[in-house]
Amino acid sequence: MGVEGIGARVTRKEDKRFLTGKGRYTDDMTVPGMKYAYFVRSPYGHAKIRNIDATAAKAMPGVIDVLDGKQLQADGIGNLICGWMIHSKDGTPMKMGAWRPLAVDTVRYVGDAIAIVVADSSGEARDAAEAVVIDYEQLPAVTEAVAALASGAPQIHPEAPGNLIFDWQIGEPDAVDKAIASAAHVTEIEIHNNRLSPNPMEPRATLGIYDTAEDHYTCYTTSQNPHVARLVMSAFYNVAPENKLRVIAPDVGGGFGSKIYIYPEEIICLWASKKTGVPVKWTSDRTEAFLTDAHGRDHVSKVKMAFDANNRITALKVDTIANLGAYMSLFSSAVPTYLYATLLSGQYDIPAIHANVRTVYTNTVPVDAYRGAGRPEATYLLERTMEAAARELGVSPAELRKTNFIRSFPHQTPVIMNYDAGDYEASLNAAMQAADWAGFAARRSQSEARGKKRGIGMSCYIEACGIAPSAAVGSLGAGVGLWESAEVRVNAVGTIEVLTGSHSHGQGHETTFAQLVAGRLGVPIESINIVHGDTDKVQMGMGTYGSRSGAVGMSAIVKALDKVEAKAKKIAAHLMEASEEDIVIENGELKVAGTDKAVPWFQVALASYTAHNLPSGMEPGLKETAFYDPSNFTFPAGCYIAEVEIDPDTGETDIVQFVAADDFGNIINPMIVEGQVHGGIAQGVGQALLENVQYDANGQLLTASYMDYAMPRADDLPSFSLSHQNTPCPSNPLGIKGCGEAGAIGSPPALINAITDAIGHDRLTMPATPMKVWQALHAAH
Amino acid sequence: MYATSYHRASSVEDAVKLKSANEEGKYLSGGMTLISTMKQRLAAPSDLIDLRHIPAIRGIRIEGRKVTIGAATPHADVAASRELAAICPAICKLAGHIGDPHVRHMGTIGGSIANNDPAADYPAGLLGLGATIVTDRRSISADDFFTGLFETALEEGEMVTSVTFEAPEKAGYAKFNNPASRFAMTGVFVASTAGGVRAAVTGAGSSGVFRHPGFEQALASNWSPDALNNVAVDPSNLMSDLHANAEYRANLVKVMAKRAVASAG
Repeated sequence: MGVEGIGARVTRKEDKRFLTGKGRYTDDMTVPGMKYAYFVRSPYGHAKIRNIDATAAKAMPGVIDVLDGKQLQADGIGNLICGWMIHSKDGTPMKMGAWRPLAVDTVRYVGDAIAIVVADSSGEARDAAEAVVIDYEQLPAVTEAVAALASGAPQIHPEAPGNLIFDWQIGEPDAVDKAIASAAHVTEIEIHNNRLSPNPMEPRATLGIYDTAEDHYTCYTTSQNPHVARLVMSAFYNVAPENKLRVIAPDVGGGFGSKIYIYPEEIICLWASKKTGVPVKWTSDRTEAFLTDAHGRDHVSKVKMAFDANNRITALKVDTIANLGAYMSLFSSAVPTYLYATLLSGQYDIPAIHANVRTVYTNTVPVDAYRGAGRPEATYLLERTMEAAARELGVSPAELRKTNFIRSFPHQTPVIMNYDAGDYEASLNAAMQAADWAGFAARRSQSEARGKKRGIGMSCYIEACGIAPSAAVGSLGAGVGLWESAEVRVNAVGTIEVLTGSHSHGQGHETTFAQLVAGRLGVPIESINIVHGDTDKVQMGMGTYGSRSGAVGMSAIVKALDKVEAKAKKIAAHLMEASEEDIVIENGELKVAGTDKAVPWFQVALASYTAHNLPSGMEPGLKETAFYDPSNFTFPAGCYIAEVEIDPDTGETDIVQFVAADDFGNIINPMIVEGQVHGGIAQGVGQALLENVQYDANGQLLTASYMDYAMPRADDLPSFSLSHQNTPCPSNPLGIKGCGEAGAIGSPPALINAITDAIGHDRLTMPATPMKVWQALHAAH
Repeated sequence: MYATSYHRASSVEDAVKLKSANEEGKYLSGGMTLISTMKQRLAAPSDLIDLRHIPAIRGIRIEGRKVTIGAATPHADVAASRELAAICPAICKLAGHIGDPHVRHMGTIGGSIANNDPAADYPAGLLGLGATIVTDRRSISADDFFTGLFETALEEGEMVTSVTFEAPEKAGYAKFNNPASRFAMTGVFVASTAGGVRAAVTGAGSSGVFRHPGFEQALASNWSPDALNNVAVDPSNLMSDLHANAEYRANLVKVMAKRAVASAG
């Protein structure tokens, strides 16, 4: 295999344009006659709209039109939907309240869109938006999920009495209760998972273009999955039939999940383009991003973990309340259910698990998947509980984990998942060795001599990636299949285009996908182009989230390459008058094994298109399509260790070392994988130490800028020590598992376990800000 | 941002004239607060009169132990001045830790103190040094200059032209950053000056920068961090916000004061 194939540290092909400012993002798109949109948004967390008066606004300079929700409804544009049906344990379907793209009679969070202003410039649009007079009747608001369930709480949607969307369960409650009743020890803990704002570097943007002559729409948008956007806008929002709607997601500057969903703005700009007769562009500013990008996490859980006399876990009981915000976003129902509770077995052999999950409406921005999506919540809950249990039982955290590790595969957990491969102790041992766990006591003494508190903590995470077998997710309520597609198009000169349904918004697909093809065919990586993000160019695909592009997207490419290779071999065998079985592909040539006979790759490609001399009956051309539907999730796992030093005078936490030992199966590009882990850990440090979305009681967002929302910065982070263990994934042809979310999943519990180790008790919630750590230290004394 | 007219003043007289001709105008001296406020449409001056390019109010002049810093001198210049560091390293260190490199090359000392953000560093430095603020029409002692949150003794149209102070015998500054904004969540400047010991606290007071007489008395008799161990910090006049309540700030005030003394040597 050449240096540019699988396993090589190929520098990223796409970085030249990104690093030289030549990336083409949605906001860079300009078309003739284009105008600018600004949205009138609710300044209240909860209010009735009595009247909207846009008379003055419409008369402002440069204003083309001001459009509201009644007009949108009159034109038949549908409400936004959640695409994953969950049933409560009593059998009733989830209670989805209406989410109108433009609010008509009620606004339910600060930032809820009410009207769109289209004007010659963005400044004029904004000026006019300020002149739209809205008569509100303020209503009481509620922002905390637990408070929203309390009797007498403000009622947010008529469809969901008591603000309860569903009350769902998984597992066996009776077996769990029985095990808890007869346990030698039960650890009980309350776990809070803080609310996060995704903060991709590129804010959301969209450009809607309606072509009167063709009755056709084009939507440029910041999307992780343009085909799904087209499907949903066509099938559910009645924007246009699919053949009349082209969705293009060009370069996208980060998503972390927040660009999976269809938001009101895309729909409205397309509709407004038809309504006004001009192309309409909207670009979110950072404040709007804080106010309207779907948030992540926001769980409160009560946990009971039962042990027998040998410290083996006998049962786990979890009661979770999840805040879904003011409306149900596209995949919001799946995140705290099938992406969360199905991972509650962690790396452990737990005979009985029961999880109850209630999801709740509040007057906050909708909550949906954010890097890890459900799995960070499960991992944080489980690994904090394991740490607390080890402290209570008086055993080392490593010993308690080793006692309970799953050691044979496949392993069926009590919560749906069937783990296919793993070696959890290998990662644990590698991490402990890299962290010099044995030397911690001496390091702690040194810290104490300097007046500092030192702590160490671990977390053993597992996640389910490569979402997912379509039939499986369909049976659990998903509205779509989660396969992936690929087309490998060999040109007549032998260069190759790969059209993929995956979507890169920072992951480096243009490099890793090309590495796969280069290695397989022995052709230069420069001769391969990866095409994605345009529904007119690329066949239907499902997009990128849940660390699925490698395991699912690349598997589809493998399947297409299998077909290309088979046909190329037939052609080569014919040209060389050899047997097809004897043809091997090496270094850009098709050779007859064991002879010096060979034809170069480009010549086979050319022969396929000249079609002058093809095997009898063969169609011309060399282009193949494949759809790959995975047979199982993949299960990346690993062990993270954090070591911290705390200044007891200020409560400031210094992360003195961070070790990650990950099993991602086979790896395509170690450099890119390391980058993914670095970024993931940085976000995990953000969640554990810094980031926290906060609303006041009226629903005003208090953390609506970087003045108050603390993002991780370079000097908040240590140098990371990474290592990789490999149990190849048996469920896909490349043996890969996915690496995009692990860092964000595994790191928060390791950090909080380290900090609570240093402060000497477990009463600490994320983010562990200096003030909270200082207060926790005082509480200990 | 609402539309505004930009003027680049060539001299102090020119600036004052432009300001008086434009009642709804504002002086701009770096714009590290004003421009972002305008971008958020929270401020809408009709005119901006940029002071950063007036040669007469830019630069650092040292005569013996008397220091004069022109109002339009950016933080980076103060941070990098070797002559100033030789006689008052604490103010250089303070300037070198304001914001980030972009801020330090755009923001100016005059802009900072005229804005008097309760979490800004310079107000603590100048109050701690017992500096004098010179304007186009008078001299104001730092004790009289900083009057409240974003409020100063400056009158309508009055502009800062320089600040002056005697280099202290020793001085130190320590601050604890707000984890989000990296402004001072608490910063304390201590100085042993010809006029006595001074200790000024920024980032913490609910009325902005303030002197702490308890610290000053304790340090006057014993210049050492431990001298502050038993000095009480009253949380009742301190700010409470998302990142630090008054009780935690009171703790930080003392911890930072001790560190400032330690850094002063």
